[in-house]
Amino acid sequence: MKKKLITAMALFSFGIMLWAQTNNLSVSVARGEAVYKKECLSCHQVDGGGVPHMNPPLAQSSNVLKDKQKIITVVLKGMSDRIPLDDEYYSNVMASHSYLTDQQIADVLTYVRNSFGNKATAVTAAEVKAIRGPVKKTTSQVKKS
Amino acid sequence: MPAIAVKRADLLQTKKIPMKKVFSFLSISFLFAVPCLANPYADTINAGLSLPKGFEASKVSDGIGRIRHLLVTPEGVIYARTSRLYKGNGILKMTAQNGDGKIDKVEGFSNYTGTGIALKDGYLYASSDDEVFRYKLNAKNEVIDAEHPEKIITGLWNKRQHESKSIALDNNGNIYVNIGAPSNSCQEVDRGNGSKGRMPCPILDSAGGIWMFKADKLNQSYAQGVRYATGLRNVVGLDWNTQSNSLFVMQHGRDNLLQDWPQYFDAEQSAELPSECMYELKKGDNAGWPYIYYNQILHKKMLAPEYGGDGKTESPRAKDFIEPVVAFPGHLAPNGLLFYTGNMFPEKYRNGAFIAFHGSWNRAPMPQEGYYVVFVPFKNGKPSGKWEVFANGFSGVKVVNATRQAEHRPCGLAQGPDGSLYVSDDNKGTIYRITYSGK
Repeated sequence: MKKKLITAMALFSFGIMLWAQTNNLSVSVARGEAVYKKECLSCHQVDGGGVPHMNPPLAQSSNVLKDKQKIITVVLKGMSDRIPLDDEYYSNVMASHSYLTDQQIADVLTYVRNSFGNKATAVTAAEVKAIRGPVKKTTSQVKKS
Repeated sequence: MPAIAVKRADLLQTKKIPMKKVFSFLSISFLFAVPCLANPYADTINAGLSLPKGFEASKVSDGIGRIRHLLVTPEGVIYARTSRLYKGNGILKMTAQNGDGKIDKVEGFSNYTGTGIALKDGYLYASSDDEVFRYKLNAKNEVIDAEHPEKIITGLWNKRQHESKSIALDNNGNIYVNIGAPSNSCQEVDRGNGSKGRMPCPILDSAGGIWMFKADKLNQSYAQGVRYATGLRNVVGLDWNTQSNSLFVMQHGRDNLLQDWPQYFDAEQSAELPSECMYELKKGDNAGWPYIYYNQILHKKMLAPEYGGDGKTESPRAKDFIEPVVAFPGHLAPNGLLFYTGNMFPEKYRNGAFIAFHGSWNRAPMPQEGYYVVFVPFKNGKPSGKWEVFANGFSGVKVVNATRQAEHRPCGLAQGPDGSLYVSDDNKGTIYRITYSGK
């Protein structure tokens, strides 16, 4: 009986933890959607599909799905390198979005990693903060054209 | 355990799809599937395009290369430039051999990608994103030595944004090259929220304009060329008008009025503004980028927000900058311009301008627009009427909400020897041919 009770309690608390996590995820995704609409949608488009050869897609993008550190850095510093993403070149630059808070960046990246057919773990404000540390506040992505 | 089983059964029950729906779904799929499974060259009516009465369209090729600009020789052979190598080639020579007008032979040469291509006085001219080459042609307009072109222009700016170089030639031995500005509005931080414009804009020394070179001199760069016109953010479509004996260009206007300056512009204004302008250029002209943008509703050259504008203030230097010849709505992305000199189309079209609009992305969050070919009637080198959509339906959808929903995106225009109009698509690699029968 005692064993059963402990198992039941353990299962219950595990369930609560899971519930809290999904709940946190959906709250973060909802906040992130608002940030996306204001800051990202015009270039990456309403479907996260980007603009062919101009603005890279976020949907099924290996950059978005694989390495959290990489996408956090892109949002903080912007991006102007001419490098291929999933075997395609994109010509527009992205400006730094370091004026967003750690929480806003975490939310928008969590939204992007869980929208447009993407499924990946959440990004936390602590993870953004850890990377922002070494990034200078005034960093601009294009110094001279 | 049994309780759960019941619940599952309930779930299954509620998810059961009525057979009627299944049948209608199947029959609809069948209707769509049949034309797809049939001969891939079999055209739907007018290749899916809507056209004025009496015109027809067909696809002469499909799925071959990301075709930017193209031309058709007097012999009916297509030379096309691709933005990505197609089987290792950047210039495609496409021939319709068996008489049905469809391309059935594709050859290629050149290992560089790019946009510009032109035929003039026995030479084929082609541009990469930083150089221009020419190939000597024989009497049948065939390239004599594809391996050894003459490099006539080199060292032009190629800095990621607006990198494509379009070309046009006049009848006096000059070639005109667009050098797009690698910037949206010459801001301190490009595309940065609220970032100010640099004064004076240093980009204009080397880009943001049209440069003129000699068509027959080797290895020219900035030092040998002339900045023919400035203040043009990015031009992709351009053509020499033989009636007015002058160069006409289509400018891609600036982006991000809402995104960078939300205090001055709402979503609707930012979608409609600024105008995509057609300009007629004379040597020394200045169209005003980045200091101004053109508002086609007010017919005014407005002070850009990066230089102190607020969406309501006209530029104090408005008189220093040329007037547009035609002002289209914002962000439609004019990639091809062609003055029609053929005899196939009715009199109304002679000497008028066709413009291929690639279609927008910066109208978001509003729906996107463009993805069509427009016509502007001209008389004696001046517009003689309002512009109208000539060929529509390239996108394949009623409303484009996100750019990648558009299946085909018009890019280049060419006139066939019989006066038919060719339109290229750089998304799926389709070439359309539009003819007139009057029926």
